Amino acid sequence: MTDYRIEVRVTPREGLLDPQGRAVETALTSLGFDGVESVRIGKLVRMRVEAASEPEAMSRAREMCDRLIANPVIEDYSIRILDENNGDAGGGDA
Amino acid sequence: MRIGVVTFPGSNCDDDARRAVRLVSDEDPVYLWHKSHSLEGVDAVILPGGFSYGDYLRGGAIARFSPLMSEVVEFAESGGYVLGICNGFQMLCEAHLLPGALMKNDTLRFVCKHVRIRVEQTDTPFTCAYEEGRILRTPIAHSEGGYVADAETLDRLEADGRVVFRYVDAGGVASEAANPNGSARNIAGITNERGNVMGMMPHPERAMESILGSTDGMGVFESLMRAASPVVTR
Repeated sequence: MTDYRIEVRVTPREGLLDPQGRAVETALTSLGFDGVESVRIGKLVRMRVEAASEPEAMSRAREMCDRLIANPVIEDYSIRILDENNGDAGGGDA
Repeated sequence: MRIGVVTFPGSNCDDDARRAVRLVSDEDPVYLWHKSHSLEGVDAVILPGGFSYGDYLRGGAIARFSPLMSEVVEFAESGGYVLGICNGFQMLCEAHLLPGALMKNDTLRFVCKHVRIRVEQTDTPFTCAYEEGRILRTPIAHSEGGYVADAETLDRLEADGRVVFRYVDAGGVASEAANPNGSARNIAGITNERGNVMGMMPHPERAMESILGSTDGMGVFESLMRAASPVVTR
């Protein structure tokens, strides 16, 4: 078994109003940052997951997202495996 | 007629709900603990408001996996009456007993005030004591109360008469100004397809005594009593 470092990104579903994103967008504009749009705010979940292989780690993480971490009515998610030695780099979006 | 009220870590309206039950019933409410595996033979279950598990992740998302919630889901699926108020409504959506979800208020603020809601349906176990169209003054207190669902679901809810309460203004109009949280189509409460499960964001249990500013919430509890015990007339 290997410990995989997993990162899950949860974002508001496309087309759904994101009140937090809208508020931050307004604040950025009022700070003078022109041309900022479509600000969306989500959540980042990092964890260590034991699995026999990368695909197994991914599928375990997907199950966690479907059951608890994300609510499919309002949220989308993406999962990636982080490179152990290289901080945030590596891995692929799924 | 025995009504059970579930306490989760972080519930803060459970005692209010029990008090509300005592005001309409001769039988004491049954105290149900979230870790229990038994509903103790109650005739109806109330999931109260509050901040179960600190509202971490999403309101109701973690409470939904409490041991007792498996019993509640089974009870609901077999036709038992389940009422979710505020955080309880969020749990019912998270548990897929009700469609849709509750999002952060579009105002981004925690809203705590009395609002007006209109009774849209009276053929439910939760509203049969009201006359249709009646406007109730009830408190709301939440930051994640914006009801969302896809357009198809919303259409179906409306067509099937499952929208039970809507936020309205003093004239009874479901206007944008009367919508405190950005809920789709001003929806404040819905039932499941079978009609035995209802979720609502407003707090009827906080509108039971005139000293608290309103008694308009009484009908929800009277309805439940009437529905679950046909011999009792109050």
